[in-house]
Amino acid sequence: MTQFLASIGFDRWILHVLLVLPLVGVIPVLLGPVAMARRTALFVTVVEFVLSAGLWWAVNTTPGTLQLTSSMAWIPAWGISYAVGIDGISLTMVLLTTLLMPLCVLGSWNYITERERGYYVMLLTLLTGVLGVFLATDLFLFYVFWEVMLIPMYFIIGMWGGKNRLYAAIKFFVFTMAGSLLMLVAILALAWAVAGRTGTLSFAYEHLLTNSHVVGGLAPWLFGAFALAFAIKVPVFPFHTWLPDAHVEAPTAGSVLLAGVLLKLGTYGFLRYAVPFFPEVAASPWVTNLVLLLAVIGIVYGALVAMVQPDIKKLVAYSSVSHLGFVMLGIWAATVQSIEGAIMVMIGHGLSTGALFFLVGMLYERRHTRDISAYGGLAKVVPVFSLVFTVVALSSVGLPGLNGFIGEFLVLLGSFRVHPWATGIATTGVIFAAAYLLWALQRIIYNKLDKRENESLTDLSARELVVMGPLLLGILWMGLYPAPILRRIEPAAVRYIETLRGPLGFQGVSQQTPVVPR
Amino acid sequence: MTLSLIQAAADAPVPAGAVGWVWLAVALPLVGFLINGWLALTRPAAKTAVSVIGAGVLVAAFAVAAAIFVQLRGHPPEAPLIVELWRWIPSGGLDLRFSFQVDQLSTVMLLVVTGVGSLIHLFSIGYMRSDPGYARYFAYLNLFVAFMLVLVLGANLPVLFVGWEGVGLCSYLLIGFWFQDKANADAGKKAFLMNRIGDFGVLIAMFIIWWTLRSLDFVTIAERAPLRLAAGGAGVTAITLFLFLGCTGKSAQIPLYTWLPDAMAGPTPVSALIHAATMVTAGVYLVARTSTLFAMAPVSSALVAGVGAFTALFAASIGLRQYDIKRVLAYSTISQLGYMFLAVGTGAYVAGVFHLITHAFFKALLFLGAGSVIHALHHAYHATHSHDDAQDMRNMGGLRRYLPWTFALMLIATLAIAGIPPFAGFFSKDEILAAAFGRGESQPIWFLFWGMGVLAALMTAFYMMRLMAMTFLGESRVGAKEREHLHEAPWSMTGPLLGLGVLTVLGGLINLPVFAGGHAALEHWLEPVVAKAQDIMPLAMPHGQTEWLLIGGAVAIAVIGLLLGWKLTLARPILPAREAPPDTGFSLVLFRKYYIDELYDGLIVRPLVAISRFVLWKGVDQGLIDGVGANGSAALARGLGWVGSRLQSGQLGFYIVVFLIGAVWLLRAVAR
Repeated sequence: MTQFLASIGFDRWILHVLLVLPLVGVIPVLLGPVAMARRTALFVTVVEFVLSAGLWWAVNTTPGTLQLTSSMAWIPAWGISYAVGIDGISLTMVLLTTLLMPLCVLGSWNYITERERGYYVMLLTLLTGVLGVFLATDLFLFYVFWEVMLIPMYFIIGMWGGKNRLYAAIKFFVFTMAGSLLMLVAILALAWAVAGRTGTLSFAYEHLLTNSHVVGGLAPWLFGAFALAFAIKVPVFPFHTWLPDAHVEAPTAGSVLLAGVLLKLGTYGFLRYAVPFFPEVAASPWVTNLVLLLAVIGIVYGALVAMVQPDIKKLVAYSSVSHLGFVMLGIWAATVQSIEGAIMVMIGHGLSTGALFFLVGMLYERRHTRDISAYGGLAKVVPVFSLVFTVVALSSVGLPGLNGFIGEFLVLLGSFRVHPWATGIATTGVIFAAAYLLWALQRIIYNKLDKRENESLTDLSARELVVMGPLLLGILWMGLYPAPILRRIEPAAVRYIETLRGPLGFQGVSQQTPVVPR
Repeated sequence: MTLSLIQAAADAPVPAGAVGWVWLAVALPLVGFLINGWLALTRPAAKTAVSVIGAGVLVAAFAVAAAIFVQLRGHPPEAPLIVELWRWIPSGGLDLRFSFQVDQLSTVMLLVVTGVGSLIHLFSIGYMRSDPGYARYFAYLNLFVAFMLVLVLGANLPVLFVGWEGVGLCSYLLIGFWFQDKANADAGKKAFLMNRIGDFGVLIAMFIIWWTLRSLDFVTIAERAPLRLAAGGAGVTAITLFLFLGCTGKSAQIPLYTWLPDAMAGPTPVSALIHAATMVTAGVYLVARTSTLFAMAPVSSALVAGVGAFTALFAASIGLRQYDIKRVLAYSTISQLGYMFLAVGTGAYVAGVFHLITHAFFKALLFLGAGSVIHALHHAYHATHSHDDAQDMRNMGGLRRYLPWTFALMLIATLAIAGIPPFAGFFSKDEILAAAFGRGESQPIWFLFWGMGVLAALMTAFYMMRLMAMTFLGESRVGAKEREHLHEAPWSMTGPLLGLGVLTVLGGLINLPVFAGGHAALEHWLEPVVAKAQDIMPLAMPHGQTEWLLIGGAVAIAVIGLLLGWKLTLARPILPAREAPPDTGFSLVLFRKYYIDELYDGLIVRPLVAISRFVLWKGVDQGLIDGVGANGSAALARGLGWVGSRLQSGQLGFYIVVFLIGAVWLLRAVAR
């Protein structure tokens, strides 16, 4: 495979093609007949996924540095360039995104009946935006993609959402915008500060990374701006209240992408930018304790609030707050296991929560309600749906053998030595996760089938099985044989930890045993 | 093919002979699960195929277990044989393999799980035949066995944990098997959640072990623990206490035992297999498996023994006053598991495993016998359209005439659990009490544990004989019409009972003590596994006169308990459940199980839900963050909303034009 890819020059064009192809796909969607819009979008996203799959072999993840890098001057006067690259961490995020996207198109197949062309244009644009955020290696470019991704999601919620869509869309927009504007200021300030000392005005990632220490007393402010933008996106408690509203109102595909991919942009931002740029600030006791506190609150609080939600979508939304808390804990513990675990939680949460939102959407399309109390006893009428729902819920609960366990286990195992108390409390999350999901499961698929409307429900269709199939395979594969994924992210995780060693370093770093390269 | 490919990627050589095929023992029931699961979804009426596959894979797995046993008997290994299947979680210094460990202990467990499991699967064919969920039932049951075998075979804690949580999942699914009844679904959920509280302990224990010993493999843990951990120190004590928290969940000990009586909501063979013979003993197995750690932590060991002894007594006392035949057996199981923990806490690991085995035999027999009774009554009630409770012993009586085989076999099991020689339970329980007494000579607190064990034994004999008397003896309280429909279960069900009966009679032979002319075979067999722990925490078994006094006393107490149970139960006429007056006084307290469920519900569950709903969600989330935050941001949002509404002309074309301009600008900039 590797040789074949090399023979077609895959590594030279793939990243650009991935970024451009969805935008090219916009044209036939717009120009073609309305009835063809979804087919075209499906075709484009499937091609995008197939192409991106080649990265699994084409990216040499062993050095842990950015690969397949290329850079072209864009606005040379300001030191802004179009620069992209990929390492093991962004590789997994890119693949998660390209896998979820065609499933989202399929999941929207019958649900979106109005302004179809516009809808699929938004999805495709979103794809470019998200991939751009993961692939950009120029901070200005990163910011542009960050904003590009924001707008289509705003429209997806605001135009194709539920009753309260406008409120939710604006809330989403305001929260995210508030953070990202500050981030823009921080990016500019960082670049100028570095330029003032090095004489080169450049937004290139490596350049800023190696010189970020020159900002001196500005560092806490810049870190704060980055951290705020990312924390809102994650979302970290107490910036999370936009999320339940956005999820509830968004159409199924919107929820899937929001939870599956967009939240990871926040944690990815911490991993790639906020922490490595300002390790001293990030590792300072004040910041560390604050982050740990908020992460642990998020884990427990998110789970408890999820437990009492009457609306299935809100339940899943709050469960995301809980799961992403594990990622924050893992990032701040900064051991090999905790970082790899954080990334595994990011991937695993994308699959499980994405699948949960698809399933909720499938219920909604049949019954037009998300009230848990409207269901009950579904296992009797829709056994296949119930089976799939059970497996996905268990994966989210973190049942060993399925994907959710690997990430949570590694995060907690890796963090325990560094932050025993925070980890101990975080571990209670496994109890609460079981509480809210099993309770929901019982009220939806078990108990008495006592609502007449539920008696005639139809089981999953072939199309819906095609949507769930890849997710279920991923859930099993990640749970049973995660080694190939871990092998790819480990060097990048180790490199990440090394960038933190710096002048102060994190507590946990020095206690690591050296890693044997494979 | 795939497996061999993955196996090829592993480093360690595969052990020769049957041991190398140990994965088959797991794969067979797993395949049974897949096929039966497929049939459950597509052809639920194909009951013959389901029976053949469901029971067949178990018998085949037993054959694998037997072959491994024969091989190990021929060449007893010094160290455990590791069968590595694939590289599971490699991360930094952590390199977890999905590997199985074959040694004397796991082989014993393998035999018990597949052997007793086979008999219970066979019994289920007759018992569940008329249930519409037949295929689903066997799918779950097969899956359970697969996970149970992963649990006992896992060579490191995370692999054990896969089985540990997997059996919990199957237990959840099977307790709630008749999920249309909310009470059943509730019981399943309760079991899973209480187990999760225990699992929290297992996870924390794993983290401490990893950071102190840098390994999660059982072999390495046992090697490194005495070198790197201070005996009796905080580290090893914390590890073992957290492990034991897990055990109290899985093995239904105080304080996490309340799920097990509710678990009786599942089909009766499930109670026999999961909630008596196998899964609930996993905690005892875990202590035996990590015996080196427990032996190094005297405080933890004392706690294990104390909790075990107290649970044995506490649960037995509740069992005195229950009317549901399965609930009596459930509390009996909790009580007997308490004995096993008393054993392993005392350092008598072999006695604990011995009692685990004999208990699997006689308790499975008791549960299946109860199932046979319930089956008969259920059919009689069904035929006469009666709505009486087929599990309430007040509605039974005099059943020995109609179910002679069941009566005879359950009587054997009753004598065994009461501790009457020469039945299986006598030897194992005697060994536990003797060990506790022996430790009392150096640590007097153990005399208290021993006393609790003896008192619990008296109660055990009492409640078991009460069960037998209420069910089989005296006047029949079954209605005249129903009586005509009462008959012994078919041979497909009585046959497995007979098999368990034989094991109950002869089970004591596997570890026949020296005083009875045996040579403690199980003790020698398990010696390599527990030798290290035994060195650290040696046992002082009473000898000579003391030994005989203890035995004589124990038998006398059993006889007294049995006689009391018989006479007191039949002294006064028993009224059928419908006419019976409610219990009063202490009887009511016992009947209501000391109100522990109510206590947990009122103290933990309800407050937690209320706080989550009213304080966290409505208060903090909606009130504080959104409400107070909204003072500022809502005004902002309103302003932005106004701008948004201007922008949002509803003309899609406008948005797209804006977008395309942006995109083209980007592209041009890139191309330049």
